[in-house]
Amino acid sequence: MAEHEFHMPMTEEQVRSLRIGDHVVLQDILFGIRDATLIHMFDRARETRLDLKGHAVIHTAPNVKKVPVSNSCPAGYESVCIGTTTSARMERFTRPLMEKNGVRMIIGKGGLGDDSAEAFKELGGVYLAIIGGTAALETTWIEQILDVDLDDLNPESLWQFRIKDFGPLLVAMDAHGQSLYDAVRDTAQDRRAQALARMGVDS
Amino acid sequence: MKVDLDAIEETAKLLYIRALKVLPDDIKDGFQRLDAAETNATGKSILATMIKNIDIAEDTDNLLCQDTGIPIYNVTIGRGVEVDGIDLKTAIGKGCARATTEYPLRSSVVHPMTRENEHTSCGRRIPVINVDFSENEEELVIEMIPKGSGSENGSFLKMCIPADGINGIKTFVIDRVMEAGGKVCPPTIVGVGVGGTADLCTKLAKIAATRPLGSVCDDPEGAKLERELSDAVNSLGIGPQGLGGDSTAFAVHVETAATHITMNPVAVNIQCHSARRARATFTLSGVEIGF
Repeated sequence: MAEHEFHMPMTEEQVRSLRIGDHVVLQDILFGIRDATLIHMFDRARETRLDLKGHAVIHTAPNVKKVPVSNSCPAGYESVCIGTTTSARMERFTRPLMEKNGVRMIIGKGGLGDDSAEAFKELGGVYLAIIGGTAALETTWIEQILDVDLDDLNPESLWQFRIKDFGPLLVAMDAHGQSLYDAVRDTAQDRRAQALARMGVDS
Repeated sequence: MKVDLDAIEETAKLLYIRALKVLPDDIKDGFQRLDAAETNATGKSILATMIKNIDIAEDTDNLLCQDTGIPIYNVTIGRGVEVDGIDLKTAIGKGCARATTEYPLRSSVVHPMTRENEHTSCGRRIPVINVDFSENEEELVIEMIPKGSGSENGSFLKMCIPADGINGIKTFVIDRVMEAGGKVCPPTIVGVGVGGTADLCTKLAKIAATRPLGSVCDDPEGAKLERELSDAVNSLGIGPQGLGGDSTAFAVHVETAATHITMNPVAVNIQCHSARRARATFTLSGVEIGF
């Protein structure tokens, strides 16, 4: 259960050093993506000018305020509230994000599935669990909205954030095929019959 | 009592923003109760962060969660209240849109096929406005619920048959909670609808999921099922965020309706831990804002 701090971007070796149960704090840069961003990037072949190689992406769509472009708001947006959405809907985009864009870390809530676990193992990636529904806290870890692309999809644009002490995040799926979600699912499956029996249901 | 439509519009705006920022006391108490009983270290640390987030949202006057949800307004009209129904709905829609554009909030609402976002949190048939009536004299109540999508995606309906009995209902609820896992942002309130027609059953599940913690189904059979299911769901080990622990749900709530001799429907609708609500009560002496 090691503690790590990384300045983004990261190398494959750094990512492969992580194990489920480790805690991670990220510094510098983070990208925000979600359903529409990924649908447009991979189902409609839209390109982004932003370089995601070695970076972390977070499943999000922020509340933002449009403001004049300035040094503190270079993208013309000020953050209002930034938090994390359920990852499972974006399962089929993990592999292309890693293969095509070189993404190394996915931050989300609720976990990803077997195809993502396989991609993490093969290509060198991890899933970091953030605590869903704690956006007021998460917003305090974001210093600035640096850039935005595919902004016709707003709020589901591709966002680039400047971050400071972003975390702690929990390594929930690692590059060695391990997943905390699998362990919890197996426990629940083992306890299902007993849970039903306490209500008088034979299973 | 004659209803002032400008006050309705302002209140519809205020309730949306307030609901997104301040959790009701019953949910805060629910967190304390779960935290005291949680035995899993990861689960306990996650609950502590959730509790911290509630404080940060209030201290920084920020939203609890970035998901502004699908806006739902539950309107209850008492006796002796004079209001034009269409005007009332229009005023609520305007207030909802103004909350979004003036705050500004993220509009999470799109057309279901074109996926176009009007950036007002409004669209075809949205906000959801439910109208009901009460015996209370000279009173109009508006309850606002921003319903988050992570938990709303954990919605299920099964038209069980009479031969499946109550056991079919219990099994369905357990299996759907397992299927939903961490995706619905546990600890949750699991809303269960039993009986009615398919649409009424689903609506009952939503009513159950958004009822205050500590409230009990007024059908004794439903109340008994709530106790059994609450206990069973929390024995599964899913825990906060689906990362393990005792605190899978604050509670399972059940609502019932009579059904057809050939039917045995059950619906599940889940509310996430950011179980947000806000309420305004209009009486002759003015407006009172609460939960």
